[in-house]
Amino acid sequence: MQRIGVFVCWCGSNIAGPVDVERVAEAMKSVPGVVHSTTYQYMCSEVGQSRIMEAIKEHQLTGVVVCSCSPRMHENTFRKTAQRAGLNPYMVEIANIREQCSWIHKDKEVGTQKAIVLAKAAVAKVMLNTPLQAGTSPVIKRALVIGGGIAGIQTALDIADAGYEVDIVEKSPTIGGRMAQLDKTFPTLDCSACILTPKMVDAAQNEKIDIISYAQVEKVSGFVGNFTVTIRKKARFVDELKCTGCGACMEKCPSKKGKNEFNMGLNNRTAIYIPFAQAIPNVAVIDPEQCLKLKTGKCGLCERVCSAGAINYKQEDEVFERQYGAIVAATGFKPIDLDAFDEYGYSQSKDVVTSLEFERIMNAAGPTGGQLVRPSDGKHPHEIVFIQCVGSRDTSGCGKPYCSKICCMYTAKHAMLVRDKYPDVNVHVFYIDVRTPGKNFDEFYRRAVEQYGVDYIKGMVGKVFPEGDKLIVQGSDLINGKQLALQADMVVLAAAIEPDPSARKLATMLTASMDTNDFFTEAHPKLRPVESPTAGVFLSGVCQGPKDIPETVAQAGAAASKVIGLLAKDHLVTNPCVAQSNELLCNGCSQCERVCPYGAISYVEKEIRGPGVREVRRVAQVNPAVCQGCGACTVTCPSGAMDLQGFSNLQIMAEVDAICK
Amino acid sequence: MNYSYYPGCTLKTKAKELDRYARSSAEKLGLHLEELEDWQCCGAVYPQAEDEIATKLSAVRALAQAKEKGGKLVTLCSACHHVIKRVNLDMQNNEYIRTRVNNYIAPDAPYAGETQVLHYLELLRDELGFEQLKKSVVNPLKGRKIAAYYGCMLLRPAEEMGMDDPENPKILEDFLRALGAEPVLYPYRNECCGGYIALEDKGQARQNVDKILHSASLAGAEAVITACPLCLYNLAQNAGKERLPVLYFTELLAEALGVKEEA
Repeated sequence: MQRIGVFVCWCGSNIAGPVDVERVAEAMKSVPGVVHSTTYQYMCSEVGQSRIMEAIKEHQLTGVVVCSCSPRMHENTFRKTAQRAGLNPYMVEIANIREQCSWIHKDKEVGTQKAIVLAKAAVAKVMLNTPLQAGTSPVIKRALVIGGGIAGIQTALDIADAGYEVDIVEKSPTIGGRMAQLDKTFPTLDCSACILTPKMVDAAQNEKIDIISYAQVEKVSGFVGNFTVTIRKKARFVDELKCTGCGACMEKCPSKKGKNEFNMGLNNRTAIYIPFAQAIPNVAVIDPEQCLKLKTGKCGLCERVCSAGAINYKQEDEVFERQYGAIVAATGFKPIDLDAFDEYGYSQSKDVVTSLEFERIMNAAGPTGGQLVRPSDGKHPHEIVFIQCVGSRDTSGCGKPYCSKICCMYTAKHAMLVRDKYPDVNVHVFYIDVRTPGKNFDEFYRRAVEQYGVDYIKGMVGKVFPEGDKLIVQGSDLINGKQLALQADMVVLAAAIEPDPSARKLATMLTASMDTNDFFTEAHPKLRPVESPTAGVFLSGVCQGPKDIPETVAQAGAAASKVIGLLAKDHLVTNPCVAQSNELLCNGCSQCERVCPYGAISYVEKEIRGPGVREVRRVAQVNPAVCQGCGACTVTCPSGAMDLQGFSNLQIMAEVDAICK
Repeated sequence: MNYSYYPGCTLKTKAKELDRYARSSAEKLGLHLEELEDWQCCGAVYPQAEDEIATKLSAVRALAQAKEKGGKLVTLCSACHHVIKRVNLDMQNNEYIRTRVNNYIAPDAPYAGETQVLHYLELLRDELGFEQLKKSVVNPLKGRKIAAYYGCMLLRPAEEMGMDDPENPKILEDFLRALGAEPVLYPYRNECCGGYIALEDKGQARQNVDKILHSASLAGAEAVITACPLCLYNLAQNAGKERLPVLYFTELLAEALGVKEEA
């Protein structure tokens, strides 16, 4: 006979406000099987937990129900409590009377009644609980970082520093990411490349780090501690080991009309190219869409001039598998397309540029050699208008509902740099709000206004259009209540940022969840910000939400520390709440295998002996180390053979019965 | 193909040419426009109030009648099109309005937005096709540089009107190309002309008109076309220094099709 104890938590006034906790505890006393029922202000506190432990011993409890917050919050806490008192930790059930009850009900009577029903359901379930034993699985001591921007580089460096091997898979021919494209960084105005490229070199020279560039992840299987990842390394048509990065091939290449991705398409590059001077690996790559030799068979100039003999037109994609204990997503961002924002004239005038394009124009290694000139005619501009929130904080559906977070600061930076280098240029900035929370950020913005005389105008722009060789910027000045029509030589749009499009496909492969904006979801928004809800998958940088460089680096380090914590273990305790097949009932139909997202189910021919049965049959078998206990197979199984330990069909039906009684 | 046709009040008074040329052109193109019986004024302004149904009734009466007669209703005046199209969407999507309007009008069968509302330009683009229109042109308007003026009612709100991109529209330009004319692109073609405040703030209306006509003439236009009677009135009446002939788009259509004199 089970002896159940019920512990109702007040959670301060969180639960005790809308729920009469004493009545809940009182009502539970008359439920069959319950031998003890009590309340306490904070059950998760040390005192609360020791009360549970004392009660377990005093009343010889065989099962515990804690009526408190979501099991995501404290199930583990109370399982450990029970274990310390000598009870099997899986004999604990949580009735969620906070998130699913007190927080959503205002009527105390309704809230109390619902809390009682939820508690009764939990008792009905715990009556059928069986003690479960957790197993262990080994940890592969190698990490995979997907994305080679500053987030991925920093995560990899930190993991390698702790002595673990780590691979960076980067989709472009070089690591460096967006930060490599930036000119200066706020709020100190130090050169972006000067602080990034040493880190890139560190990563390349670190024995523990393997940079797999121009590659993408194709398939992920396995589970925390033991992932198997298929990686496709795209053909460069250049032997990475032989190429010295001398650049002779680029000088000779006759196909010069490729869009230079690194310069945001502001100028052209050759078909064989090295993305930028400090690229890592410093190895050429051939764009097969543009290469004459690969397209028509005629040319071969680069092969002839390459003294290292590195060119190989027959090179093919290389696909290989590797094992990892942990995976870090660091897929970064891109600025949004401006197709839905025709009012800003981006498609009509070359002199309307995005902020990232402006960054390249201002950069000494950029298409204009760092000279601020208009893309249309190469003339020096005298009036520049910056427009913030282009597609950010946009509820019209054309853009993004969120704040892109970095635009206020980089626009202030651009404005300041222009005024510093070219005092003859007038700079205007249209803004909704200026948001500068960050160390030395507001001081930086004020410097732009007070010291550099940047004209900040509160209001939005309705239209930008070319008139003659000028651009007319129509906007409103909300503070002065005026409609403005400014004549500008250049307009710079602070386009919203969005997650890199590759992230969605990756999320599916990793079974990591995403929010409605395609940012990766963290396991807990406050307390577990660098972990994805999928065990063994971690998040670094903007793929989790908009961030500037310092925040990205901080999060990258945090993600690395989580990875190191995982890789430091030799074995992981596995979740015993996994599926189990009742071989007597299984008819080997294969439906469970098809729905299993983890590949945990296989089939064996087995002799089955039971009442009136003795035959060799094909039956399902679950690999408990791989199964994550999602339950997809249990609801799919037509014969009811699949059951989830700790969440059996019987237990769930008992809960439903208790609620409906 | 037969279409129900809703001309609207202005087309019977101030904007007779808009209507006349549209009818003769349609006839020439084999599009049969049948004027609705006993149609009433659409109200000219789409009522924004959620609980307002009285001003939506006449639009629904026209829509319900068109449903009986083939289900396609052609409009011409920008304001009428705007009101009728949006009221039709209300009848499709807003249960509260649909129920109350049906209770009030009590039609034989309840009306739930089944009629397809087509602006005359959409009739040409989507039903006939500009390619087909091009083939029917007998007097191509060769070398004529024309500025299309959209106004605000025809395209906005874009998700409801569904005609074209409000920031960078092209339906009138494509129409002009089909007639053999040369469309002139200018930035003010989709800005409000201020017609709605012409009585209250003539200065503002004049300022808007000046900007539009100046912008069109700077781009080399010799004339401006529009689909909106109020825009035409305002662009003609409140023009200051900058003056350009303002025509209904149907007038050029009739001219190109060789039916202008008959009309």
